[in-house]
Amino acid sequence: MANVFNRMGDWVTDRAPGFLPFYRKHMTEYYAPKNFNLWYYFGVLALVVLINQIVTGIFLTMNYNDSAAGAFASVEYIMRDVEWGWLIRYMHSTGASLFFVVVFLHMFRGLLYGSYHKPRELVWLLGMLVFLVLMAEAFMGYVLPWGNMSFWGAKVIISLFGTIPVIGSTLVEWIMGDYLPADATLNRFFALHVIALPLVLLLLVVLHIFALHEVGSNNPDGIEIKKGPKGNRWDALKPADGIPFHPYYTVHDLVGVGFLLLVGAFIIFFAPTFGGWFLEHDNFIAANNLVTPAQIKPVWYFTPFYAIVRMIPSMFGTAVWGVLAMFGAIAVLFLLPWFDAGKVRSIRYRGTGYKVALALFVISFLGLAMIGTDLTDEIFPKIFGAKIDITLWDNVFGRLMTAIYFGYFVFLWFYTHLGWEKTKPVPERVTTHD
Amino acid sequence: MANEVVDHGRRRFLTATTAVVGGVGVVAAAVPFIKSWEPSERAKAAGAPVMADISKVESGQMVSYPWRGLPVFVVNRTKDQLAMLPTLAPRLTDPDSTVSSQQPDYIKGADRSIKPEWLVVVGICTHLGCVPEFKPVIGPEPFDPNWKGGFFCPCHKSRYDLSGRVFAGVPAPKNLQVPPYHFVDDTHIQIGVDPKGAG
Repeated sequence: MANVFNRMGDWVTDRAPGFLPFYRKHMTEYYAPKNFNLWYYFGVLALVVLINQIVTGIFLTMNYNDSAAGAFASVEYIMRDVEWGWLIRYMHSTGASLFFVVVFLHMFRGLLYGSYHKPRELVWLLGMLVFLVLMAEAFMGYVLPWGNMSFWGAKVIISLFGTIPVIGSTLVEWIMGDYLPADATLNRFFALHVIALPLVLLLLVVLHIFALHEVGSNNPDGIEIKKGPKGNRWDALKPADGIPFHPYYTVHDLVGVGFLLLVGAFIIFFAPTFGGWFLEHDNFIAANNLVTPAQIKPVWYFTPFYAIVRMIPSMFGTAVWGVLAMFGAIAVLFLLPWFDAGKVRSIRYRGTGYKVALALFVISFLGLAMIGTDLTDEIFPKIFGAKIDITLWDNVFGRLMTAIYFGYFVFLWFYTHLGWEKTKPVPERVTTHD
Repeated sequence: MANEVVDHGRRRFLTATTAVVGGVGVVAAAVPFIKSWEPSERAKAAGAPVMADISKVESGQMVSYPWRGLPVFVVNRTKDQLAMLPTLAPRLTDPDSTVSSQQPDYIKGADRSIKPEWLVVVGICTHLGCVPEFKPVIGPEPFDPNWKGGFFCPCHKSRYDLSGRVFAGVPAPKNLQVPPYHFVDDTHIQIGVDPKGAG
């Protein structure tokens, strides 16, 4: 039997000699640092969720009807009449939220260990593009069930573009293809959600991984293992602190994948709407252009950015500033490698200022999320008494959080470019080497 | 092929012109795809401006016209009703119509109109989108002992005056929306199109 496989392998190698070296370069001879910790699971987990989204998505399209008249009913049909349709749909909707959970943690890992520093700027930029496309993908996917929150969410998010002076209203009509979200809007969002954006997303993910494999993975110590001592068990010329991605990290990652599937299965089977966080209550009502939901708020993963829109007041007769600030909040992340000129990568050896700033940055992100999800409307009266002016407190708190969010980047620039940072000595080799 | 001398200037020229011509072609080919996203003829027809014949609307009456799937109220206000409007300011959330999304630039003042007697508003409550009722009579109502005429939303008791301005202390946050409109002549209003030279 082994002989048959060998001969098949030889047959392919004779005709395509590049396949085997390609496989070796990216799998068995890709030497990853041996000191990866928990934070290094989230990249592969994102890949697993992506595959889940593609497979379940393909099966959902088989019963989904992308018309304003039929979309909501077709989703209910999937939920009630299609054999196992409920499972496939909940796998898709839960996957969407888990995608953002693992991507946020994956990005935070980059901040912790300076994974965006030279020479990995391109890896970071490609990753940020993945994040941007993912947000567009998630937004359009959210519109497809054509529930009332789909409709009004689409209306509000598209209206953000209407704040752009001069071209705004034309642009909004162009995006919707009508004067309010309608058949045309739903059709094009469906096309983009199932064809255009997944293709772009897959291409970017492949480029992200290729770019990573060119420079090699960073690690919790932020040390360049390629510059360290050479020679390991498999190759005398390769980094001493590297181990082959396959089979060592593939097997290691299976543990994380198992944990992710466990969490995912728990949510799918016991809390598929996650208390209205993953699937909002108002989206179980069909779209109605005459009745607005009591609260229009985006799904949780957009709330930190959406809160920024609300925190910036209209000035000079236009509301465009809030929208600019929201897109700016994403744009500054793209530019992070150039804001941070730190001499060391990992938080383990960085100055106290960096640690405090990163903690504040995380707090600001979570604080903005609390405002975006209206959690503050419940929490503030409990802390300060029922009589307080919630809007005022929301604005004070939210503007402070917005200032801290952007302040992180400003501080980082001064802190590292002006040489204020006092770093700790970085070890020669990864701390867990034998 | 024997002559191996490469004319770099010529090569650059050919590369650049090919790229430019190709680029123009790509841009031209992109136009139909970009234009395909504009509202289709069917959507435009459904959202077309509406001509309202107001010649038969008596003083104090209201007529509703459908425009882009929304009811548009056209009210012929009486002198008495108009006289009440400026006095209501202290009871209103936004008496001076400062929220720019709720009316075109050319709609100003307590009467929120182009010709004072004619009010044109979208009849959709700014709270949760119900259609308010027309309550034009000046005098006590169950929901307001000091009623000066206006609109009352049965869903959550939001109240608006006869300019569509929202009262303070009701659920609705904003004044009723004034759509773009203009007078074609004394008896016809076109809803959905700004007056010439405005907007």
